[in-house]
Amino acid sequence: MDAAARVQTWIDERLNVGELLAPLREKTVPVHRYSQWYFLGGLTLFLFAVQLCSGVLLLLYYRPTANEAFESVQNITNHVQFGWLVRSVHSWSANLMVFCAFAHMFSVAFARAYRKPRELTWMTGMFLLFLVLGFGFSGYLLPWNTRAYFATKVGTEVAGQVPVVGHTMMVMLRGSEDVTGATLTRFFALHVAVLPAIAIGMVLLHLLLVQKFGTSVPVSVENEWEQHPRRRKEMKFFPNFFLRELIGWYFVLGFLIALAAFFPWELGTKADPFSPAPPGIKPEWYFLAQFQTLKLIPAKVFHMDGEVLGILGFGLGGALWLGLPFIEVLLGPRGARYVRVGAVFVLTYLAGMSVVGYMAK
Amino acid sequence: MGKLKVTIRWVFRGSVVLLVSLAPAQTKNVCVDCHAKLEGSLKVTAEQADAHGHKGMSCDVCHGGNTQDEARVKAPGSGFRGHISRAQIPELCGSCHADVNYVKRFNPSLRTDQLAHYHTSVHGVQFAKGDAHVAICTDCHGVHEIRPASDPRSPVHPLNVAKTCQHCHSDAALMKPYRIAATQFADYTDSVHHEAMALRGDLSAPTCSTCHGSHGAVPPGAGSVANVCSTCHVLQAQFFDESPHKTVFAEGCATCHTSHKIKHPDDNFVGLAAGSACGDCHTADDESGKAAAAIHDRLQQFESQVSRARKLLERAEQSGMDVAEAQVVLGQASDALTKARVRVHTARLARVNTELEAGSKSAAAALSAGEAAMKERTFRRRVVLVPGLAILAVVFALGLYIRELERSEEEDRKSGEQDDRKLAA
Repeated sequence: MDAAARVQTWIDERLNVGELLAPLREKTVPVHRYSQWYFLGGLTLFLFAVQLCSGVLLLLYYRPTANEAFESVQNITNHVQFGWLVRSVHSWSANLMVFCAFAHMFSVAFARAYRKPRELTWMTGMFLLFLVLGFGFSGYLLPWNTRAYFATKVGTEVAGQVPVVGHTMMVMLRGSEDVTGATLTRFFALHVAVLPAIAIGMVLLHLLLVQKFGTSVPVSVENEWEQHPRRRKEMKFFPNFFLRELIGWYFVLGFLIALAAFFPWELGTKADPFSPAPPGIKPEWYFLAQFQTLKLIPAKVFHMDGEVLGILGFGLGGALWLGLPFIEVLLGPRGARYVRVGAVFVLTYLAGMSVVGYMAK
Repeated sequence: MGKLKVTIRWVFRGSVVLLVSLAPAQTKNVCVDCHAKLEGSLKVTAEQADAHGHKGMSCDVCHGGNTQDEARVKAPGSGFRGHISRAQIPELCGSCHADVNYVKRFNPSLRTDQLAHYHTSVHGVQFAKGDAHVAICTDCHGVHEIRPASDPRSPVHPLNVAKTCQHCHSDAALMKPYRIAATQFADYTDSVHHEAMALRGDLSAPTCSTCHGSHGAVPPGAGSVANVCSTCHVLQAQFFDESPHKTVFAEGCATCHTSHKIKHPDDNFVGLAAGSACGDCHTADDESGKAAAAIHDRLQQFESQVSRARKLLERAEQSGMDVAEAQVVLGQASDALTKARVRVHTARLARVNTELEAGSKSAAAALSAGEAAMKERTFRRRVVLVPGLAILAVVFALGLYIRELERSEEEDRKSGEQDDRKLAA
């Protein structure tokens, strides 16, 4: 017996890892014409891992104070060995993670993979998407540059418009009435401690549920398999599907490194709270649709403040989307069709408004 | 429920009464009641926003009469003056505006020397001689819509002063008897000063009254031109005082820069090339001409060095490199160039060179930082080839492994099926 086998036996005798991993060996992934969409979840998870690793490396040099944050990021970019690579990979990976999370969510919605018994899997996934957006919002301020400063000011002002609790929520986020060094410290704590702790727990729960209920098969494929049982095909998760995922992850890693080298993430100029907001200030692309909508809503709609109405609308929309599996059931036999039309509308609206917001001056 | 309704009704009624009682009472003015219906110069409405009206003054302050009682508007003893002739206007305005104690009651910071200045101005002097064509208070400030100079709608707001002056000064027929050219406004609108004022909205940029004065408007004498310009261009004036030109330029700054049509000077303004100011007096044969040409060449050389560094840093920045520190250094070189251009007014090459030598170090440092940034950019793009190739190799190996794995799984499955068939047989 070689050394590796002896170590494995020693561990198995104590922890019985083989039994723990048995469900993974049993796990299978359906193979059909939509199977490629199954890779999005794993890809999002991989990017989350990239975020954790690059984030820890950035933490070694980053200083979360208004006086030092910008300079420390400048130092990381210009002087720390391969700091430019780590910072750019962290920023690009964050954006790709948001993109993959949205793509995963819409693929699940269109495939109606949230159907019984996977309602909780959908809900934990939606919470993870909200957490990813929270990571994006809190991390955006950390370099303390002009764009980030004013975008955060606008973003927290929007939060302040929420009826009843808005102002308290805004002050809690900012640490004062305005965006200051206190806001930076709070966002830092959220970004590196609170959100990761919740996100890791939520990821584990999501994976546990995925493991428990298995991979969902789209209704059309399921019907086809019922009629022609010989067409049913499955692939072992480990190692067959996992190795394919690994290839995807390697490609994404290479893509991230290439992006970092050819399109390094810009740092901009240091935030100056006393200077006027630069013209055309916009949030990150994943908040553009909401931002543009709030810009287009009239100041008053039926005696109600337009901005408040917009925020309430987004809140309601988010809540309805979270409860999608239950809404489909409530809508009865035609629920699936309504949900599909709704999903097309939401996707078109978000994409269209983001483009309009990007083009707007 | 009924009691609540009654209470609400009484609270509402009480609020209406309170609001009505708090509403400001309309000030009665019988003059406006009639003049609002008239046309032309006699038309005066309550809506006209006049600075005096805002301070509570009414028609009687200038015109006398009784503004409250329609039957006694022009009654004897009411001091009614009616129409005020042009000849009366400066003294009438001055009766309040030159009264320090009176003006203090409304605006303690308002000047009270306007009438005294007016008497010293060309306008005032001519007016005293009985010339009815020269400007008086109302020509510039208006009549019933007089606004403070800080109000952008006022004809004497910095943005509007030049247009107000040009009403008369662009009228060639009106200017002819005084032997004054009528081209000043056209020249001014073509100048760097107008560009700053009108296009960039820089209210500190000079307009007519900045150089000529407002109430005491006079053309600055030839000897005073440099003094006028130096109120803003302090360093240029100091260097000019050191130059040999100081004693020979009869019109001071205007000798090179002209008076109203002042263009933005570039480096070709110095030297002997066509269009240069120096070339008007100097030639390539005289020593001063050679010095002027040398200053021009040196400025051009330095400018191209700064420009090269700027372009390189811009390229590096567009490639995503952080060159903020190098841009600060480049800014120092640009500052040195600006200072050297100011020192041109000394007309001495050595003085210009002092600034440029200090700036050369900054320009060279910026250039070298730009080159280093571009080198780093190339390194970064090459260095990704290593993990890129490694990733490709791993992906290729994984692909092969999966193919091999699935082929052996397929063979196992087929042999299993065969075994099953044999067993079944």
